[in-house]
Amino acid sequence: MEFATEMLTRAWLLPAIMAASFLVILLIGKRLPEKGRSAIGIGAVAICFVLSLVMVLGWVDRVESPSGSEVVACGNEDYRPNPVEGEQPADSGFADEAAIGALGMVAIPTGESAAVGAVAAPKDGEAKSTVPVVCAVTWFSVGDVNFEFGFLVDGLSVMMLFVVTGISLLVHIYSREYVRGDVRYTHYYAFLSLFTASMLFYVLSSNTLQMLMGWELVGLCSFGLIGHWWEEKKNSDAALKAFITNRVGDVGLLLGIIVVFFAAGATSFNVFHLNEYALSGAANTTLLLVGSLLLFAGVTSKSGQFPLHTWLPDAMAGPTPVSALIHAATMVVAGVYLIARLYAVFWGGLEISGSTIHYVALIGGITTVVGAVLAFVQNDIKKVLAYSTISQLGYMVMALGVGAWTAGVFHLFTHAFFKAALFLGAGSVSHAAHHTFDMREMGGLRKYMPTTHKTFLLSSLALAGIFPFAGFWSKDEILTGANAGQGAGAYYLMLGMGLLTALLTAAYMGRAYLMTFWGEYRGHGTPHESPRAMTVPLVILTVFAVGAGLINFPFSLGAIPAHWFEDIVQPTFAFPSELEVARFNPVIAAISLGLAVSGVAIAWLYYQRKIGLHGLTSRNRVAAAGYKLLDNKLYLDVLYTDTIVGGVKGPVARAASWFNGAVIDRVVNGAGVGARLVGDHAYKYVDQGVVDTVVNATGTASDESGQFLRRIQTGKVQQYGALLFGGAVALGIIFVIVSSLINA
Amino acid sequence: MFLNQFLLLAAVLFCIGVYGVLTRRNGVMVLMSIELILNAVNINLIAFGTYLSDPTGQAFALFIIAVAAAEVGVGLAIVLMLFRSRRTIDIDTVDELKG
Repeated sequence: MEFATEMLTRAWLLPAIMAASFLVILLIGKRLPEKGRSAIGIGAVAICFVLSLVMVLGWVDRVESPSGSEVVACGNEDYRPNPVEGEQPADSGFADEAAIGALGMVAIPTGESAAVGAVAAPKDGEAKSTVPVVCAVTWFSVGDVNFEFGFLVDGLSVMMLFVVTGISLLVHIYSREYVRGDVRYTHYYAFLSLFTASMLFYVLSSNTLQMLMGWELVGLCSFGLIGHWWEEKKNSDAALKAFITNRVGDVGLLLGIIVVFFAAGATSFNVFHLNEYALSGAANTTLLLVGSLLLFAGVTSKSGQFPLHTWLPDAMAGPTPVSALIHAATMVVAGVYLIARLYAVFWGGLEISGSTIHYVALIGGITTVVGAVLAFVQNDIKKVLAYSTISQLGYMVMALGVGAWTAGVFHLFTHAFFKAALFLGAGSVSHAAHHTFDMREMGGLRKYMPTTHKTFLLSSLALAGIFPFAGFWSKDEILTGANAGQGAGAYYLMLGMGLLTALLTAAYMGRAYLMTFWGEYRGHGTPHESPRAMTVPLVILTVFAVGAGLINFPFSLGAIPAHWFEDIVQPTFAFPSELEVARFNPVIAAISLGLAVSGVAIAWLYYQRKIGLHGLTSRNRVAAAGYKLLDNKLYLDVLYTDTIVGGVKGPVARAASWFNGAVIDRVVNGAGVGARLVGDHAYKYVDQGVVDTVVNATGTASDESGQFLRRIQTGKVQQYGALLFGGAVALGIIFVIVSSLINA
Repeated sequence: MFLNQFLLLAAVLFCIGVYGVLTRRNGVMVLMSIELILNAVNINLIAFGTYLSDPTGQAFALFIIAVAAAEVGVGLAIVLMLFRSRRTIDIDTVDELKG
């Protein structure tokens, strides 16, 4: 345990190891055989995974031990995250005890869980604050502003470390088989390492500037890996689309960071400083609102929120393991993580505690419904999963929006596993079915691929929210949170959207599952089960997809106390103290489970038994129009590429062309003519007239003076001596005369 | 003190030495004239040293004598080599550096 606690202050090792792995693969990868290149990456990720497990243990120990409220001395002594509070002891790396007492004591309302009959956890009923471990050094200072560089370890970041390293490790292993023999195998593994390094760097950042760096780095890796097979125009277009769409949001993110920084007194970028400011009574709510809406623009693009979600389905052009790692489990949740990390800012800015509807919750709700609806009309299995990811990300954002912090983060956790399992399952299916992702060319695969089939089925059930799989628990917590609200009553609109999505999710996953694994095989060739390197990660992920819900079980389970995940992960420092955690509500659970089951049933009846209104889209004009609207993805792409970009680029191009012809060309031509005239005159008068004369005169002068002076050079030493003495005598005479004149 | 007389003697010796250096064609005579110049300087140093009751002048004179001995050694060696190569010690014949 000593080592585990010690490891909390060595968090920088994880991104450093992955960055080293990136450089090694990049520099010497080509000289190694394929297996060697992937072995470097897999080894590095495995080390990181073990270290992050150690850190999870260290953090759990810290939460449960009484020393958790002590500040860990780390980083340089001058580091002051909270200059408002004044002095601090010299040995403290973070803040003085008084500051923690004033700002960090946050009571988790645990009384209710004890009332439900849980075996009381050691700290139930008492307010205990666990101080995060922050290791930061001053990067540079400008005036009063301390730009720090540091790593922050708390429950949220160790949870992310576990998810990122765990899924990255499985994806590394899976990819070994999936991209075997690929032309850019080295490039692929190098980028995977760089991505993991960047993501770890991002989740461990102690300040918003560093988070921005990590954010952009994961975006870059996403771009590079979506365009992995860039020879096809479609793929490089998708990569560009992802990158440029993210740029739109990143402008908001950058502005948001700046606004929040200036709002909080323009002294520090440290996230706790910003959160503490947002919680203090002196906070400027208007500035916080502007800041959090700008930050949310970044979340909108990165985490695929409506209306900037359009890049995510196209990002499926990348290799499937990349989709599992980056575009389902880790990178796209960066935005959710941002809200969770700067929660007090959003809490204060959007006044979550006193409202029943606001922008973030509304966008989350819209995204979750839109994603689920669009998933119905896709025939590409990966696109179904991509829209499902959008929908689930909407769920997470909605959860954070309605104040259900732990529920949102817990859904992030469980979703990472079952969605990664589904993507890897889709990759396995495509591996078997001759590299197609079109579900119309699949069917009946359950007979050929038993392992893939079972893992896909279980993960789909987890995603659909069927009891007792992981998705059920996390989704249920979100709905309960929306139902309970935060003081001002329930978020009914969000609750409705969440329940609708629960139905839709079960139905579209049922459709995808049935189209892929049931019926007759419609492709060509004979499908076969994938090799072990691909099925073993699937099985491991499925175990988590099935069982991950237990770690935040509403009741005590012997070894696992009730709401264990919440105790470990939910911050007790610089976190809104009035946040109310909604508890398990049997009515909501029953309704959502009923909806999920009916969704599955509808899918079964409609797509398998062919009961219901088939062919409606070809008979009814309204239905046809609706289908067309969905098939065209709500025309958002048309809006962006044709209306906005097309509307802007035509006039801009014409204006640029006019400017080019009328202004730039004339200036250039005029400059040319002018330069020629000047050159002619310069040659005639300056060059021939002045320069040449001077040069010739210099030559003549030195020639003649040399002719004169050579007569003095007789070669006779005595003549030289005579001149020397003559000169000395002459100088002596002058000296005598001058000095006598001065003295006289 | 008769400082003036010593200075006069030194000046006369110096002028004789300079004359000899500039006019003599015999290399050995040139060297001897240089010795005259140096000794004129020595007389000056000792005279001033005694006049000012400062022994530094005498010390300097001793150094100059030592350096002069070395200088004559080198100079005579040059003259000897000149003689060996040209069978003469007339320094007017040595004017290869004429421009």
